[in-house]
Formats: sequence, structure tokens, C-alpha cells
Amino acid sequence: MSPENYLHLSALLFTIGACGVLLRRNAIVVFMSIELMLNAANLALVTFSRMHGNLDGQIMAFFVMVVAAAEVVVGLAIIVMVYRSRHSASVDDASLMKL
Amino acid sequence: MESLIGLLVAAPLLGAAVLLVGGRRLDRFGHWLATGLAALSFTFAAVLFFDMLGREGADRALSQHLYSWVPVADFQADIAFQLDQLSMTFVLLITSVGTLIHLYSIGYMEHDVRRRRFFAYLNLFLAAMLVLVLADNYLLLYVGWEGVGLASFLLIGFWQHKPSAATAAKKAFVVNRVGDIGLAIAIFLMFSTFGTFAFGPVLGSAEQASEGTLTAIGLMLLLAACGKSAQVPLQSWLGDAMEGPTPVSALIHAATMVTAGVYLVVRSGAIFDGAPDAQTVVVIVGAVTLLFGAIVGCAKDDIKKALAGSTMSQIGYMMLATGLGPIGYVFAIMHLVTHGFFKAGLFLGAGSVMHGMNDEVDMRRYGGLRKYMPVTFVTFGLGYLAIIGFPYLSGFFSKDEIIYAAFAKGGTEGWILGGVTLLGAALTAFYMTRIMLLTFFGEKRWQRDAEGNEPHPHESPKSMTIPMIVLAVGSVGAGFFFNLNHNFVDWLSPVVPTADGDSPISHGMVSVAATVLMLVGVGAAWLQYGRRPVPEVAPTGRWITRAARRDLLQDDFNHAAFVTPGNYLTRGLVYVDHKLVDGVVNGTAAMFGGLSGRLRKTQNGFARSYAASMFGGAAILIAVTLLMRAV
Amino acid sequence: MSFPLLTATVLAPAIGAVATAVVPSARRTLAKWVALAASVVTAVLAALVLIRFEPGGDRYQLTESHAWIPDFGVSYELGVDGIGVALVALTAVLVPFLIGAGWNDADPKEDETPAGRRWRPTQGFFALILMVEAMVVMSFVATDIFLFYIFFEAMLIPMYFLIGGFGDRAGENSESQQAKQRSYAAVKFLLYNLAGGLIMLAAIIGLYVATSDLPGGGTFSLQAITEARASGELTFAQNTERLLFLGFFIAFAIKAPLWPLHTWLPNAMGESTAPVAVLITAVVDKVGTFAMLRFCLGLFPEASAWATPVVIALALVSIVYGALLAIGQRDMKRLIAYASISHFGFIVLGIFAMTSQGQSGATLYMVNHGIATAALMLVAGFLISRRGSRLIADYGGVQKTAPILAGTFLIGGLATLSLPGTGPFISEFLVLVGTFTRYPVAGIIACAGIVLAALYVLILYQRTMTGPVRPELSRMPDLRPRELAVVAPLIALLIFLGVFPKPLTDIVEPSVQHTLSDVGESDPEPELEARR
Repeated sequence: MSPENYLHLSALLFTIGACGVLLRRNAIVVFMSIELMLNAANLALVTFSRMHGNLDGQIMAFFVMVVAAAEVVVGLAIIVMVYRSRHSASVDDASLMKL
Repeated sequence: MESLIGLLVAAPLLGAAVLLVGGRRLDRFGHWLATGLAALSFTFAAVLFFDMLGREGADRALSQHLYSWVPVADFQADIAFQLDQLSMTFVLLITSVGTLIHLYSIGYMEHDVRRRRFFAYLNLFLAAMLVLVLADNYLLLYVGWEGVGLASFLLIGFWQHKPSAATAAKKAFVVNRVGDIGLAIAIFLMFSTFGTFAFGPVLGSAEQASEGTLTAIGLMLLLAACGKSAQVPLQSWLGDAMEGPTPVSALIHAATMVTAGVYLVVRSGAIFDGAPDAQTVVVIVGAVTLLFGAIVGCAKDDIKKALAGSTMSQIGYMMLATGLGPIGYVFAIMHLVTHGFFKAGLFLGAGSVMHGMNDEVDMRRYGGLRKYMPVTFVTFGLGYLAIIGFPYLSGFFSKDEIIYAAFAKGGTEGWILGGVTLLGAALTAFYMTRIMLLTFFGEKRWQRDAEGNEPHPHESPKSMTIPMIVLAVGSVGAGFFFNLNHNFVDWLSPVVPTADGDSPISHGMVSVAATVLMLVGVGAAWLQYGRRPVPEVAPTGRWITRAARRDLLQDDFNHAAFVTPGNYLTRGLVYVDHKLVDGVVNGTAAMFGGLSGRLRKTQNGFARSYAASMFGGAAILIAVTLLMRAV
Repeated sequence: MSFPLLTATVLAPAIGAVATAVVPSARRTLAKWVALAASVVTAVLAALVLIRFEPGGDRYQLTESHAWIPDFGVSYELGVDGIGVALVALTAVLVPFLIGAGWNDADPKEDETPAGRRWRPTQGFFALILMVEAMVVMSFVATDIFLFYIFFEAMLIPMYFLIGGFGDRAGENSESQQAKQRSYAAVKFLLYNLAGGLIMLAAIIGLYVATSDLPGGGTFSLQAITEARASGELTFAQNTERLLFLGFFIAFAIKAPLWPLHTWLPNAMGESTAPVAVLITAVVDKVGTFAMLRFCLGLFPEASAWATPVVIALALVSIVYGALLAIGQRDMKRLIAYASISHFGFIVLGIFAMTSQGQSGATLYMVNHGIATAALMLVAGFLISRRGSRLIADYGGVQKTAPILAGTFLIGGLATLSLPGTGPFISEFLVLVGTFTRYPVAGIIACAGIVLAALYVLILYQRTMTGPVRPELSRMPDLRPRELAVVAPLIALLIFLGVFPKPLTDIVEPSVQHTLSDVGESDPEPELEARR
């Protein structure tokens, strides 16, 4: 099987993730969509590693995983806090990022 | 002996400084201090004069170099004085008349609470005027030139609480400044032509310069002279300057400062000699002013303004004489000196009359004063006879010489100028006789003043009459003495170029003609003001009288030509500056403000719209990158 | 290694500023005395600079040089030439008088002291003035362009707070309206000058790039660049030079200010207190004209020659336009501001006439204008503080009730209109002569300024001081001893500089000759000598 198929899959996953981020309002779902995009990127990185025959891509994928894990910790904490204070996890309700 | 020259200037300057800084504690004796210092200055002048007489003609000039003032590369200005016969003449005139008028002012200003300041300004004037005539370069002359302008400003506006006085002072200064530009530009021209502006080198090498340059310098000097000497077209300030206290009018606006223009032209004779066109303009200015002043003088009811018109006219005589070149220079100066005596005397007489008449200046409210003020009447009368050129009094000698020189100009010009000067003599006789008759003869036309006080004319105190008597003596005798053995011509000839004119009519003829015309003028005045009673309200008069009362429309002209357009211009520019220049700036600010306001709307706070713009941006970047690759 | 005198002259007011700022809020008077002492120490140090400076010696003296950011060719280089010495002296002399004049200007009003908050405007006011002084002195002595730039720009910060934070006693206008106008003026000042500064920053970076071909790499050292240009080691392409010149010139023309970049000055001077207005026009703005002389001419001689006709035209417009607008003003502080614009026209004219008289005159003009405007503006400030109005129409007959105030005002005015016997006369005449020898027509047009100056000064004097006394002013007190102590020395200085300017011209002239040789110009020969 040609490694390019993995790339196609990765692109597909990334697009699904992006659409999820843009279209869904629930913060948890948006968050999951972001994870999906990160993992799509990981898949692409690993595939590139295979295609080029070195380990650079795999190392990068590890970094991404570490960052993603950290992000989940911080992000979920924020979402929980927001939910506690506003009784809603909708991203549109928290439109406070303007003057 | 040279060091005395500096002291000559220093004495009154010290007086001014001490009186101004000293404050109220000097009020009691300040006027005596000032008068004493003026007299001291006169003493120095006398000492220098007799010392000068002890030497031969060519060696008489003295010079004193005090210090280097503004040295910048080739521009070397020094504080240095030069005392030659021409300067000496002026120094004697200034210090003598100046001292007398200081003395007079002690009485005249007795009741003024600000008398100390008045004397400070008078001293300041003396110092500036002495700098003007003693300077050995044009830049220092310029200092004196503006210095007398300042003193004139301060003294005209001395009674500052009167808006008319404050306005007159400002007008005098500003009009003089227009003239000062002329002097400044003349100095620039000298510097760029000769590389210096000291009298010696400039006048010594004037011949080498091109005629065009000399004409330009000459015309600029003339502009300066017009401003200071109230010659047409910068004459308008002199009449208003009569708002100042009368001693000021006598000293500054009759005897000394206003003649500075004549001094300037005579001093710069070498330049004018190389510029016949400029000389012609000088002559025209002199002739026009001569008639202008005389006509104005005939119509004014204010005694001081009538005398001011006369001053303009007499300076017109001098200016005309200087324009004639070497045949006229000496006589211009001679007339200047005799005029200094008799006009100062006349003004002091007018001041004395006003002093006795509750400061009334309208001659139609005088009349019959000769019995009440005998000393004033006699001294004023002698000055009157001198100015109209009564035979063997001062004016007779000096004015006839100018008329003769005017004829000696030769050709048609000579006849025209001679005619103008003779006509001027008749007019002089007319307006002076008018003043005399209105003031001292006829019946009383006195009126109560604004506070309802009846005037009680009385003779003025000694401190005022003594200066008047001394000046009257000068008015009577100066001309005769100057003319004796050609005293005056011989005295000035080493420093002022002289030449004998070739006139189509003889000296005797000129004297006869002038005397006859003088009698005609006196007669005409007597017919109108002596024989008939004088109406207390001036009759409307013909157009020429009405115009002359309004100074031949000079102010109307100036207003229409300069003041009104100037006002519109400044107002317009204030508008332009606010709306246009500043408008562009504020507009730019407003534009950025609006733009940012609009851009701010994209920051709506919705996380998903931010994410969308991020994705969009990334997509565009990728697309561009791919496209670039493809190309 | 000798004592770093120039650094000390900069540090003295800076330390004074810090010391003033930390004085406890209750001890206002102490803060004033600390500030005054610091400014006097600065004046003494400046006097030492003046004494140590040898007029005939090297071009830059009392130099100090330390590496600062060697990677970018930036160093801490100080040095003064005659022009710098004159201006340092001006600054150091003026500031103590400004502090004396503004002694009570920044006292908190009774209702303005919120309890519990550390409210201390007085300390801030004097500390800011000293900070401005330190930065201005630094700009006059820095010979490294980058160093100069930092202080040229940093000056804006304290100035912004001085203009925006402190104003005159409110008169007819309500307090809030006045505060609004003040903050408008402050922001306008800041934006204008910042815009100029950013253009200059671009030009400075461009200059660094253009000098990177030098053997030592890029440099910001004025001396190094001037020497390299003189020896031919460094040449700029024509367009590069012109663009760099413009970048510098626009910044300085805004600061100076030259028409049509002048509109911030009337606002800034009108809204701030009199001492601050003097600080702006007499001290801070001088950095602009000084920098034209030192940097524009020194670094870009060819471009300067190229731009001269336009600059002279702008200067002439400034002279006439500023004077005409001064005549049309109803607010006396704005009148003085427009008069200053006219005077800055003269200074720029003198600089770009490229003659020794013109440039010496321009330098003297900077000094004399500083003192004359200070005298006039401070007296105007004393007057305004008595009546609470800046409008000329609200005054009349002041000379009757306050003759000394009127007298000093008149002397200040006469100096402003360049009366002979006062310092400004000499500088104005030199500028005009210097201009005339090279550009006769420009010289004659500039003479219009002489008459117009007489008009605006005397109209101001006539309307405020003469005539019948207005009833509101009938009890107006004359100058107090403190006020007289501020004004009298300034007047004495004006007269001294008018009677005996030689010490100053002797210091300035050699430096002007250096500048002229940078530009490659020499004075025009007199017509007659040329013919011989």
C-alpha cells in the first residue's frame, strides 16, 4: 500500500476536525475536534518519517503529543471553570474577547 | 580728548539707567539728575568743540574705538565713534537744545506723577541720538536710529492711559520700522558690495561701485530717511506724534530726531553723488513733502499739529537741498540747525500757551493771549519771524540759500524747484501768521475745559521761560552768525563736499523774491484771520481745506491700502491655519480613527470567527505558496 | 582620564529629577528647593563646560567615548562644539528661572487632594522639568547619532506629561473643557513629534546600512562618518543621500517647527503653563534647529545643497506667515507661539544661507530667542495668573496698576521684535546679512518680518498695557519679588548679549566655519574685491 493513502486520510481527518471547530458550539466538542486535527497532523508527520526514511517526523509527533496532553489539561480546566461560572459550555456565550 | 566722546554718550545713558532702575526713591531729585547729566553732556561737547577749533580743518576729526562688537568672519562691527565737524554740529545742537528742553520739562511736567520716567526717557533719547550722529559705521548708526525710535515711541505714548497716545506711539514706531528696513537693506547692500559698512571705507570707495548699486543703496537710505524724517510717503506718523508731551514734540519731533534723515543723506553724500537717479528721487520727495506739510499746516486748528505740518515742510526744504548734491548739503545742515532753534522755540511757546490754557490745543479757542503771556508772546514771535524768513533773522539766511541752490540746479528742473521753494516760503508765511494771529491776537475765544474750569492764562514759570528766551536768541542770531564770513560753510567744508552753484538769478533777486512772497503770505493770512473775527467752529471750507484737515487723506489712503487688506489677510490666514493646515492634520487623525473603528468590528469576540479567519488566512497562505511554486 | 564633565552635566538634572520625585508628598516646598538646587548645580557645571571650552581648539572638545553596543556600532560618545556649548549654556541658564517662575504653578488646589491617595503634582512637575533638561542637554552633547536619537525621542515622554498634566488656572472656561483642550494639545504634540521621530528612525537605520561598507563596519559615530566622507572613503548614492537627508530633516522641521508642520506648537504653548511653554519653545525646539545644523549639514552636504531652495522658501513662509498669524491672535500665549514660529523661520533661514554670518547668526538667534521669549512669556504668565484669562481683550491699562510688570513685558517684547541694544537684534541682523549676501531676494523678503514683529508686539502691548484701566484689574498687584528675581536677570542677560556679544560669537564662529567646510561652502566675496 502506498504511503500516500495515509496522507489522504490525514487530510480528511484534519478537514473533519476543522469543520468541527468552526461549526460546533459546545466547547468540549470543539476541543475534541482540535485533538482530531492534532492527531491528523501526527499521522502526516509519521508518514513523512516513513517516506523519507529518517526519524525526524516521529520525533516531532512525540512533541505534538506532549503539547496536546498539556493542552488538554489546561483547556479542560478552563472549560470546567467557564461552565461553573456561566452554566454553559457554548463558545458563543463567552464572546468577551473584545473591547 | 578722544575719551570724552564716549563720555558724551555715557552721561545721558547712565541717567536713563539710573532713573529707570532706581525706582520711586529718585522721584524727588530725578529730574535734576537728568538735567544735570544732559548739561554735563553739553559741557563735554563744548570742550570738544573748542578743542576742535584749536586744530586745522583737515585734522579736526577725532575717533574713538571702544571695542569690537560683532565680529563674524568678514562682518566686523565695532562700537566706535567718529567726531568730525558734521557730527560736532549735531552734537552741539542736540546737547544744547536737549539741555534746554530738560530744563523746560521740569516746569512743564511738574504735576505729573511719572515725571521721573519722563526724564529717564528724555535721557535715553539723548544717548540714542548722540550714538546716531557719532557712530563711525552704519550698523552703529542703525542702533542709534532705532534707539531714537524707541525713545520716540516711549515719549509719544507717555500718557499711556489715553488710547489715542498709545495708538500714535505704535503708529510712529511701526511706520519708522518700515523706514528702518531701508537702512537695513542699505547696510546689506554695502556689506555685499564693499565687504564693510564703516563710513570711511564705504564712502571712500563708493566711486568704484557701479551706478546701479549706488542707486539701490541711495534709494534704500532715502527710504530710511523718509521714515525718520516724516517725508512722503512715510509722513503719516508725525501729526499723530503730537499726542506726546509738548517738550517731546519740541525736542524729538521738531529739532533733532526728525532731522536724522537729513543727516543720513548728507553723511552718505558720496553714495548719492554717484547715483544721480537717487538724487532726483530725493529732490522729488523733498519738494513734495515741502508742499504737503505746508498745505496741512495751513488747515490744522490744533496748534501742535499745525506746527508739525510746518516741521514736515521745513524738513522737506532740507531734504530737497540734500538732493541737490554738493551745492545743497551745507545749506541743508545750516537750515537744520537754525530750524532746530526756532522750531524748538515755537513748540516750547506752544507748550507754554497750553500750560496756561488748561491743555487746550485748539487755536480757535485761544485769542488775545499776548497781554497775558508776554514772554511767551515775544519769544514765539521771534521764532515766527525767523521761520517765515524775516530779513536778517535765522530762517532768512538758511532758507534763501536753499532757494538759491534750487535755482542753481539749472535747466527746467532748477526753475521748477526754485518755484516750489518760493511757493513754500509764501505758504510758510501764511500758516505761521495764521497761528500767530489765532493765538495771540484778536478777541478771546476761551472756553471752559471738560471739567468746567475757566482758563486763567498766566505766564509760565522761569524754568520754562528761560529755555524759550535762549532759543529765541538762537533763532534771531544763529543765521547771521553762520553767514558771517561764511563761517558755517568754512566749518563744514572739510567734511561735506561743497560747490558753488550757477544760478540763473542772483542771490539778491532770490532774497527779494522770497521776501515779497513772504509778505504776500502774511498779508493773505491777515486778510483771513486778522481783519475778520475768527469763527469758533471751523467753517466747512473747500475740498482742499477739508482734505488738508484730514492730512491730505494720508490715513485714509494707508487704511485702504494697507491696514484693511492687512486685517483681512491676517483674519483669513488665521482661518486657513485653523481649517486648512491644521485641518489636514486633524483630518488625518480622524481618518485613522474611523479606519480603526471599522477594523475593530472584526474583533467580535467569538472564538469561532477568530478560528475561521485563522483557517482562511492559512488557506490563503498555502494557496499563494503553491501558486508561486507553480509559476 | 579627565573628569567626565559632559556626563556630569547630564546626570546632575537627572539625579535631581529622581531626588525631587521621591520627596514625600507633604514636603512640597522641599521638592521645589531640591529641584532648584539641582538646576543650579547643572548651571554651574554648564558654566564649567563654557570655561573649559577653547574657542580656537579642536572641533569637538571635552569628548568622552565608551563602547555601548559594539555589535551595531553604537557607542556612548559625547563632545561639544561651539554651537553645542552655546545651547547647553542656554538650557542650563534658563531652567533655574523656569523653576523659579513656576514655583507655585503645580501646587495642588484645595479640592484636588483626595485623601488616602499619594497625590503629589508638585514633585512630578519639577521632576519632569529636570528630566527634560537632562535629555535636552544630552541631545546637545551626543555625537553618536543613535544616542542622540534615543534622547531626542525620549524627551517627548516627560514633555507629554508636562503639557497634558499642568495648565493655567481656569478662567472663563470650565475646568473640564480646559482639561480636554490640554489633552488634545498633549496628544497632538506627541503624535506630531513621534511621527517625525519614526521617519528619522528609518533614516538612521538607512544610514547604518549605508555606512556598513566602511572598514570598521557600520557606525553611528558622527565624527567617523564626517571624516570618512571628507576623505572620500564613504560616498552615498545621490538618491540615498537625499532620502536620508529628508528623513532627518522632516523630524527636525517638526521639532523646530517649520511651516507647514507647525500647528502643534500654538496648541502646546497655549495650553501649558508659562514655564512649560518656555521650555518647549526656548529649549526643546532648539534641539530641532541645532540638529539641522549638526546632522543635516554635517552628514549630507550635497543633499543639503540640493534642498536649500525649498528650505529657504519654507523658512520665508514661516517668517511671514507666523508673524501674520501672531497679529491675528486673540490669545496672548498663542500669539507668542506664532511669533516663535516666525523666529524659527529666521533660524532656519540663517542655517541654510550657508554663510558664516547666517549660521553664526542662527546660533545666536537660538540663544537670544530662548532668553527673549522666556522673558516675554514668563511675564505674560504672571499676568495671566493674576486674571485667569489668556485673552488679550480681557486686559487693558495694566501699566497703571502694575508698572513694573508692564515695563518688563515691554522690554521682553522689544527684545522679541529685535530692537538694537538687545541680543536678538544682533542675531537677526546677522541672519539677514548672511542671507542677503547669497540670496538677496530672500534677504529682502525676510525683512518684512522686521515690520510685522513690531506690529504684533506693539499691538499686544497696546491692548493689554495701555489705555484706561479695566475695573477688574484695578487692584492687580505688581510683580512680586520672586517674579522680579526671575525676570530681571533675563533682561540683564538680553541687554548684555546685545551690547557685548563678542564672547559668544568667538565661541560659535569656529564651529560654524567647520560646518561650512563640511558643506563645502565659503562666504561670497564682496563685489568690489571680486572685481579687483
